Amino acid sequence: MSRTTTQPSPPQPARTGIWIAIGTICMSFAALTSAMVVRQSGAPDWRHFQLPSLLYVNTVVLLASSGTLEWSRRRIAAIPGGPGSLVPPLQGLFGLYITLALGLLFVTGQVIAWRQLAAQGLFLATAPSSAFFYVFTALHGVHVVGGLGGLVYVLSRLRPTASPGRPAPLGAAALYWHFMDGLWLYLLVILATRV
Amino acid sequence: MGKLFAVVVVLITLVSAAIFASHIWWLPVDISAHGPAIDRQLSETMVTSGALFVLSQLALAVFAWRYGDRRDGRKVTAFPGGVTPMVVLAVVLVGAEILALTFVGSKVWAGIYQAPPDPNSLQIDVQAEQFAFYFRYPGADGRFGSVHPERIDEASGNFFGLDPANDTTARDDIVVPTLGIPVNRPVLLTLRAKDVNHAFYVPELRIQQDFVPGLVIPLHFTATDTGKHEIVCTQLCGLGHYNMRAYVEVMSQPQFDQWLKERAAEQ
Amino acid sequence: MTQTTAHHHAPPQGFLRTHVFSLDHKVIGKQYLDLALVAVCTGMVLSWLMRFHLAWPETPIPGLGRVSPTGAAGGVITPEYYLALMTMHGTLMVFFVLTTAPFAGFGNYFLPIQVGAEDMAFPRINMTSFWVTLVAFLVLVAAFFVGDGPPLSGWTAYAPLSAVGKDAGPGQGVGQTLWAVSITLFCVAQLLGALNFITTTLDLRTKGMSLARMPYSTWAWFITSVIGLIAFAVLMPACILLILDRVAGTSFFIPAGLVISDRLQPHSGGSPLLWQHLFWFFGHPEVYIAILPGFGIISHILPVFARKPLLGPRVLITCLVAIAFLSYTVWGHHMFLSGMNPFSATLFSVPTLIITIPATIVTLLWIGTIYGARLRFTTPALFCLGFVSVFVSGGISGFFLAQPSIDTYLHGTYFVVGHFHFVMGVAAMFGIFAGTYFWAPKMFGRLMSETLGKWHFWLTFIGVYCVFMPMHYLGLAGNVRRYSAFTDDYLKPMIPLHRFITIAALFTGAAQLIFLFNLVRTRLRGPKAPDNPWEATTLEWSTTSPPPFDNFGGRPPVVHHGPNEYGGNSAAGDYVMQASPDSAGVA
Repeated sequence: MSRTTTQPSPPQPARTGIWIAIGTICMSFAALTSAMVVRQSGAPDWRHFQLPSLLYVNTVVLLASSGTLEWSRRRIAAIPGGPGSLVPPLQGLFGLYITLALGLLFVTGQVIAWRQLAAQGLFLATAPSSAFFYVFTALHGVHVVGGLGGLVYVLSRLRPTASPGRPAPLGAAALYWHFMDGLWLYLLVILATRV
Repeated sequence: MGKLFAVVVVLITLVSAAIFASHIWWLPVDISAHGPAIDRQLSETMVTSGALFVLSQLALAVFAWRYGDRRDGRKVTAFPGGVTPMVVLAVVLVGAEILALTFVGSKVWAGIYQAPPDPNSLQIDVQAEQFAFYFRYPGADGRFGSVHPERIDEASGNFFGLDPANDTTARDDIVVPTLGIPVNRPVLLTLRAKDVNHAFYVPELRIQQDFVPGLVIPLHFTATDTGKHEIVCTQLCGLGHYNMRAYVEVMSQPQFDQWLKERAAEQ
Repeated sequence: MTQTTAHHHAPPQGFLRTHVFSLDHKVIGKQYLDLALVAVCTGMVLSWLMRFHLAWPETPIPGLGRVSPTGAAGGVITPEYYLALMTMHGTLMVFFVLTTAPFAGFGNYFLPIQVGAEDMAFPRINMTSFWVTLVAFLVLVAAFFVGDGPPLSGWTAYAPLSAVGKDAGPGQGVGQTLWAVSITLFCVAQLLGALNFITTTLDLRTKGMSLARMPYSTWAWFITSVIGLIAFAVLMPACILLILDRVAGTSFFIPAGLVISDRLQPHSGGSPLLWQHLFWFFGHPEVYIAILPGFGIISHILPVFARKPLLGPRVLITCLVAIAFLSYTVWGHHMFLSGMNPFSATLFSVPTLIITIPATIVTLLWIGTIYGARLRFTTPALFCLGFVSVFVSGGISGFFLAQPSIDTYLHGTYFVVGHFHFVMGVAAMFGIFAGTYFWAPKMFGRLMSETLGKWHFWLTFIGVYCVFMPMHYLGLAGNVRRYSAFTDDYLKPMIPLHRFITIAALFTGAAQLIFLFNLVRTRLRGPKAPDNPWEATTLEWSTTSPPPFDNFGGRPPVVHHGPNEYGGNSAAGDYVMQASPDSAGVA
């Protein structure tokens, strides 16, 4: 049997793609989590240390960037022509720029947190705890930078000079960015409780 | 072409099966207490999978022979019963076989690898390294000296990194390159790796176990016949992997006692 | 499902855009296939060198001494060079042939067409996937030319041998690091590819193409993508951790107290078994990634030449899904003797044996399809029939290895080598051959020679049995694998059988030249192919050979039928095409 009725709304490949990407990224971090659990329980050399408190500030920055992104997304989605319209509201665009800035601030904050750890003598090879800390935060950071790239791309497609016919995948980019938040919160919890 | 395919498949099937059945190349004679159970499991599996192999290849051959397009306007016919017989066959027959094999096989496996060793086992410590095996007997005091990797010195034959100067239990340890064991006596090996992964494999003893750096792994068995057999490494360990071998010599108890006395004198 | 209208791209301009940096999934698919061709030729030459050395270890191989002065001084392969050849053979074949050709190659070319789309969902990401794969290939091959050569730790790269660096032996320096970097890149490329496949299947199907009407090859590529999404996502961090152990002084996989080359290694606390778990959690699904597209291709092609519908398509799809799901539960069967808790062995053997059931069902479905058929014995049809035979042979040997008690004896022997070569090196390859002969008219617009194809089939079919069936006998006799020479007392009597295998392998290898010649000659000047030379139903045959840049000339097809309508009476003959507006189905 086959259905011949069409979907009420057309499929959005960008969103589907992001959901799939979210799935695969979760799987990678799950693998690393299990590696961490095995490593910690397998030898007595874990060496706990205190997470730099800057990480919590960075968390607030990242969450704020999700807030501004969501605010922009709704503003832009609300205009009559839809996200593909050539004239997105100024505040919406402004909000996106703020998101970008906050995102960069987050990444910078992470690098500074690394420097703080290094100043305490905790490097990649110092202990398994520090090794996992760096690996987790670096991998997350790389994906955040990817998300920043996505936001830059979306901004380029929202400008009036962009070619018509290709909507900016703002919803998809927002989904990815919020996922980066969620992933970071998860990492914060496991790092804070284990490291 | 279909007939040619059928003939070739039948020939290949019959020749392959015949060679399996003829045992031209086969397991060596088993000399271990747990070996017969493994050999039974293998034979049972060989018979059932052999039957499955022959029947499926024959079905393929027969159908390829019969169902070529003869351009006679014949209509195609569906398999009688459709999909159901296939599912039933697979689930019931294969499923039943799997259940039987698992039920018996898991007991065989548990008997070798999960059962605790006999408390009267002869304990022998084994170290695998690139590219040799060394065996250590506890000596008269019945205790093994502790190992210190930083003390390992190939040149002086201190393969285990013992410290006899400070460790009394290590003084009478007997370290040899051959695994001598008495027949019909449970043996408990403890496997340790000096550098990378290795493995201990004696086909006649139907026993195999990886050495893992960082772990000390027990392996126990009882040899049921005398003789000299090769121990070979089956876990890729570097360029000398192909040449990494030792011998296990299964002797009568008096011969073993004599052998061990001689080895102790050589330390 | 309506195709999203925002997905147009103009025809490519300029040579580079059209043939090199192309966004067209068809060009990208052919690029993958050509890459796989280079990889398989390289991998096969390596295997010839290995087999020659095993049969005649002291005989110099002409010219090899000049190609590799350290590895084969005077033309005689050293033990370390043998292992390096073996490592590169396995890595090239598993990753750059068996994952690349049937999945990235054919999948890229045909999935969008078979669902009626103009292209993949993300053409630029698709192009990136190919180029990252190519870079991964070049990084891997570079290991031949740097440091002291390629790694010798096998395609499985067990730690600590692979993790400690050059103390562990030749090839374990830069070569091993390049290997790990190559595989990391390969994972990224495959993840991006899987993303494209899944999104395209879910979102870009043309009107009337419900999931139930998708061709079975599309289903197989879709399910394979899902497997890959999870599997490669685990291998990538594992390789990153391996690289860190090698270059950054971490100890993820290296425990304390290792003395290698008389040096106490400056590591501690790591677990070699952790590498094995991570690797095989990827590694087992990987072998299903290698074979599942073959299942799809055979299920797609067999009905065409049987002129009757595939038996039980819904059961087939269910079995593919079951196999995909179960593939994640069995990885420990590679580790029965690894030192992990022995009780886990029993746990892992249960799903391993259970996978036999869906595998048996799909085999019976193929055999049941041939029953009562009107078989046309073309070259692709012969490779389909051959696939069934070799898959049975390879699958059955797995039945032995799945049982821990039997694996106690057979682990690490040639029995395993025979098993995985039958299922991967032969069955999966037959799937690739079937696909090539079947789809060559569509991809190149030219017909391959049937005469040469049949010679290729017969020599290969008989040849592979001569090469790989004897390996089971060797395994039963306890012949250990990954040995560069047979110096043990009990192995010396096996050498005559090894010589037989080597001669068969060299002959079978030579027979592949027929295929290569046929392929090249066809692409250059084969006879023109019609749109639907095989009288098949699926959408790729509704368009020209080769298809236009947007697959359907700007007119997306509307689907009215499933892919399985063979064997009845219709206006076209004994089949109804998916895009045919004829409402009459097949009786």
